[in-house]
Order: sequence, then structure tokens, then C-alpha cells
Amino acid sequence: MPMQPASTEITSRTTAIIQELKGLEGPLLPILHGIQEEFGHVPQDALPVIAEALNISRAEVHGVVTFYHDYRRHPAGRHVLKLCQAESCQSMGSDAIAAKLKQLLGIGFHETTRDGSVTLEPVYCLGLCACSPAAMLDGEVIGRLDDEKLDEIVAEVRS
Amino acid sequence: MIPRIYIPADSGALALGAEKVAKAIASELAERGIEAKIVRNGSRGAYFLEPMVEVATANGRVAYGPVKPSDVKSLFESGFLTGGHHKRWLGAPDKIPFLAKQTRLTFARCGVIDPLSLESYKKHGGLNGLTNALGLTPAAIVAQVTESGLRGRGGAGFPTGIKWKTVLDTAGDRKYIVCNADEGDSGTFADRMIMEGDPFVLIEGMTIAGIATGATKGFVYVRSEYPHAVAMMNKAVEVARKAGVLGASVLGSPYAFDMEIRVGAGAYVCGEETALLDSLEGKRGMVRAKPPLPAHKGLFGKPTVINNVISLASVPIIMDKGAAFYKDFGMGRSRGTIPIQIAGNIRYGGLFEAAFGMTLGEIVDDIGGGTATGRPVKAVQVGGPLGAYFPRALFDTPFDYEAFAAKDGLIGHAGIVVFDDTADMLKQARFAMEFCAIESCGKCTPCRIGSTRGVETIDKLAAGIEPEKNLALVADLCNTMKFGSLCALGGFTPYPVMSSITHFPDDFKPAPVRVAAE
Repeated sequence: MPMQPASTEITSRTTAIIQELKGLEGPLLPILHGIQEEFGHVPQDALPVIAEALNISRAEVHGVVTFYHDYRRHPAGRHVLKLCQAESCQSMGSDAIAAKLKQLLGIGFHETTRDGSVTLEPVYCLGLCACSPAAMLDGEVIGRLDDEKLDEIVAEVRS
Repeated sequence: MIPRIYIPADSGALALGAEKVAKAIASELAERGIEAKIVRNGSRGAYFLEPMVEVATANGRVAYGPVKPSDVKSLFESGFLTGGHHKRWLGAPDKIPFLAKQTRLTFARCGVIDPLSLESYKKHGGLNGLTNALGLTPAAIVAQVTESGLRGRGGAGFPTGIKWKTVLDTAGDRKYIVCNADEGDSGTFADRMIMEGDPFVLIEGMTIAGIATGATKGFVYVRSEYPHAVAMMNKAVEVARKAGVLGASVLGSPYAFDMEIRVGAGAYVCGEETALLDSLEGKRGMVRAKPPLPAHKGLFGKPTVINNVISLASVPIIMDKGAAFYKDFGMGRSRGTIPIQIAGNIRYGGLFEAAFGMTLGEIVDDIGGGTATGRPVKAVQVGGPLGAYFPRALFDTPFDYEAFAAKDGLIGHAGIVVFDDTADMLKQARFAMEFCAIESCGKCTPCRIGSTRGVETIDKLAAGIEPEKNLALVADLCNTMKFGSLCALGGFTPYPVMSSITHFPDDFKPAPVRVAAE
């Protein structure tokens, strides 16, 4: 398991991010993005710090964090693989691709491999619909997925 | 003259290996000691030819594609820097049939220029629209946009000029321009292409909107699935600020306008305008009841113009060439051009900007060349996950807001997803309900509960449990969702479901019958 930073450290790093972004109009989403970038997820201990700084309730912060698919409550694997499951990719066999990947990695969607190497997630459209089926590995886009590219991806995340 | 090589950095081209091609070309240049300038342009949208590399020669640009890293050595050996012949040679990009047949107004510069060169932007007609707008009164700008017939390209098709007029006429100490770049519909990528390939046209369009309505601040809300577009927009805003296009005095005028790029967090419903506003304010992306209209009480309760990327990016050409020029294209009440995104199981996929009025059949068969798998086309979903599935029998439908509505469909953001005859329409109908259930904001019952009940009922259909009764139940449920939902997510999910049932009834027959029929 990845090391979880101690809560005092979370507080100080969260406070620094808040200070930087607090002046924006509607700062909550940018702050949460900043925290996720800093920690790889949004730690529970960061929520009261945000609530206090923005003068909103903890419930409101919790509501926002849990509403959006992007915010993680727990750390992800070292790699994050997002596989498009929307209609355009469906028309090019994304169901079969997903089944094969799940088998190769031994995990389902929203799961992380036991060795912590990769988290697999579905995504609904990457805007690469003229080169379906598509995926995104750690922010890098991949189009026209086929068996060969799947093997390359699996080799890369396992290395 | 130092040779110029254009290698797209558009996400679609990158997904097909443009980065590796760029690296191979750079290292080959270094190895051969050739001095050349590599420009990372956007894509022209012919994705079946990406990565498409272009070189500027004495006789104009010459294109090569699709280029693989392994082609690079032989390209140099064939003298591609001067347009030499090679198996990947495509000739002048403007003459490639897929591109030559288009009417490029909004996308005129996309894939042609260096996206971050304001100089190049100006050389290709950029900032003419803004300059003209600065010589007009706000009311005259709004009148020109209204006269052009431009309608919201996000999908709703509401007249842009009317929206702007409402904001202009509403008093407010502060007004906003919000650009909806939460392009979540599967089969669409026009917004992404503009942001990555010609970001200044969006900045120019938003600035004109600001001057026309009295807004001084703009936000672009880009979905997080588009990291390259976010990075490009941020860089472009920085360049525009330094050049005085944005700031306290827009191009030296008394008008102030500045903007910020904001990133979404993976919620499809935030593409709905009022949910987007809540999200920008830092809340859960919940749909608001209308009225009040965002034009009266929008972002932070202030009068707000909220337009799609393509609507705003189409404004500069209207202000440059005039309302009559733009209005001259199109049919009926659908004026101007529309960037049609041809996607899914398609041979020649990509972005095709054309005047309204082409038939669906022309787009799928003539332009798109049929399916990639070579099998017959079974269904075409037009307008994203909330759009109807069209069978071949409706291929004579012209691309026009009203014509599609008359066939119980919508053109939406103009994405077209093609399916071959292996598609199971019951599965597609189920997915539409499932997607609605995943993405519902939860505010209204028909959408929140209806979508889940829809999945369950379609599952019963698939299992052959009381098929007639359950089919009637799905139709009744769709009726409730269509008329009882607060926004288009719950309200339009019935389109893909009901069109599947209506046009492909065989796929909904009980399992034993379906097996027997095959």
C-alpha cells in the first residue's frame, strides 16, 4: 500500500493549495483539483481544512467531492488506465476490449491490481471518436486499440 | 528558406502516434544536419489520414499520411521536404477530396496555422471580426449575430443573438460570458479540435460576446478528459493577454475583457448549462429549474451568456464577413455551416464542416465511405448519447434542426456514430438508460429513478419476461422521462431508447424468437 501522509502534513499542504487558489471566483473545484494533483487523491483529512477556509460546511465539501467522478477518495495505482466505453467506441468493439483487459490485468473497472501497478477505469468519451476504440494511459491518448496495443499497454503498466 | 514541417499535436493525431513521428523526424533532421522548423499544428480533421505531416514548399503545402515512424527515413530519401513523391504522398491538402468538399468557415484555420502564433492567426483573417465589432455599438453587434441566423451549436439550437440581446438588456453590475466546452457527447470532438487547433478564434468570439453584452469576464469550462485542450487554451489566453487582445483595454479600446480556463471533474451532466454554472460556482453540478434564465440570473446570480464553443467560434467570421455572408449558407431555419463529426464504425472518420442540408446518407455513405469493418450500416446515432438511432430507411433526412426533430431525432452537437449490422439495439437502448443512471444529477425523479427502472425493465425484455407488457412499460416510462425531467439528460434519454424500439423491433423480440430468426 502507498504511504498515507500524516494528517498534520495533509493540513499544511492543503492550506498551501487553498491559499494559492482562494482568490478565484468559485474556487472549490480548482482547489480539489490541486489537492488531487498533490496527493493523488482527495484525503478525508483535507475536507475540514477546505470547509474552514471557504466558510462552508463539511457536508457541502463532502457533497462536491462525492458528486464528481474524477475525485478519488483513495490513492490510485501507479498507472491509471481509462478505457472509453461510450457509443462510438462500442461500435468498434470496446466491450470485447474491456473484457480482454480485465482478464489480462485480473481486475474489474474501478479496481487496482494487487501490486498497485494500475487502476482501471471506464470513461465516457475522450473525444477520439474518429479513432475508436480509445483509451487514456496516465493522460496520454491512445486510439484504434487492438490486441497488439493492449499487449503493449499491459507490458508498460507491469514494468 | 528554412523548410517548415507541420506535425499535428491534436489529441486525435497524438492518439495515432504523431508524437513518435515528430520525434523520428526531429532525430532524422539532426542526423542529416538539416535545419528545419517543426510546427505543431492542429488537425484538419481527416483522421483516417492522421498523423498527416505537411511540408511548406515553393508550390504550397504538400501532405503525407498516414505517416508511421517507420516511414520517416524513406520520406527523407524521397525528398519530402520539397514535396517529393512517396507512398504516403497525398498532394496539396486542400485538394484531398474529404477536405476539398467542405465549406470551412469556423474551422478555416484549424490544422493550417500554428495554434499559438497570433501573427499567423492574423495573417489568416484572425481578429478582423473583433476589430469590426469594436467599431460598432453593442446593440449593432447583437443585431448582426441575430441577423446571421446563428443558433446554439451545443445542441439546443437556440438563436445566439436572442440570448445575447437578453443579457445586453439586463442590468447588472457584473456580467459573464461562459463557454461550454464540456463536450461529453460520444461521437463529438469539434470543440476539442478548435481548442487544440485554433484557440484564438474562441478567445476572439468570447471577447466579441463580452463587448456586445457588457460582460467583462469570461470562463471556459473544459472537461477534464481533454488535458491537451486545457493546456492549449491556457497558453493561448496567456499569449492573448500579452498581446493586448485580452485585458483592461481590448486592442486599445475602452472595453475590458479577460478570461479564465476552468476544468471539469468528469460529470457528463455539467454539459447542461445550468449544472455547468453550479459547477463553476464550486457546487455539485445540479441542474437548475428555469426560469430564471441564465441570461437574467446566471453565474453567481449575474446576467450570463452561456454558449457552446462552436457557437462562439463562429462569431468572428460573422463579424468579419457580415451576417448576410454567413446566412447565405444552409437551409430553412438552419443557417450557416455545421461541423459534422463522423465517428464510430466508419471508413473515413473525421470532422466535416458543411452548410446545413446534406442528407444523412450522403454523410455516411459518400463522405464517410461506409463502415470500417466493411459490413452493412445498421444504425446511425446522431447527436450523442441522447440522440436517436436512425435506420438506413431515414437516410434521406437532411441535416437540419427541424428536419431531424420531425423524424423524432435531434442533431445535437452534430456527432454521428455509425454501427454495422452486428449492433444489438436492445443493448444500445439499455446502455442509454444505464448512462443516464450513472450521470443523472439526481435532482428530478423521472431521470434519477426512471433511468434505473429503465435498465431493469429492458433487462426483463432481454430475458423474455412478459415482453409485451414490459415493452409498453418502457414506452410509458420514456414518456414520463421525456415530459417530466428537468433537463435534456432525462428528457432526451428516451430518444435513443424509443428510436431503437421503433426502428429495430426485431432486436426487442424475446430471446428464443431472436435466436430462431438468426
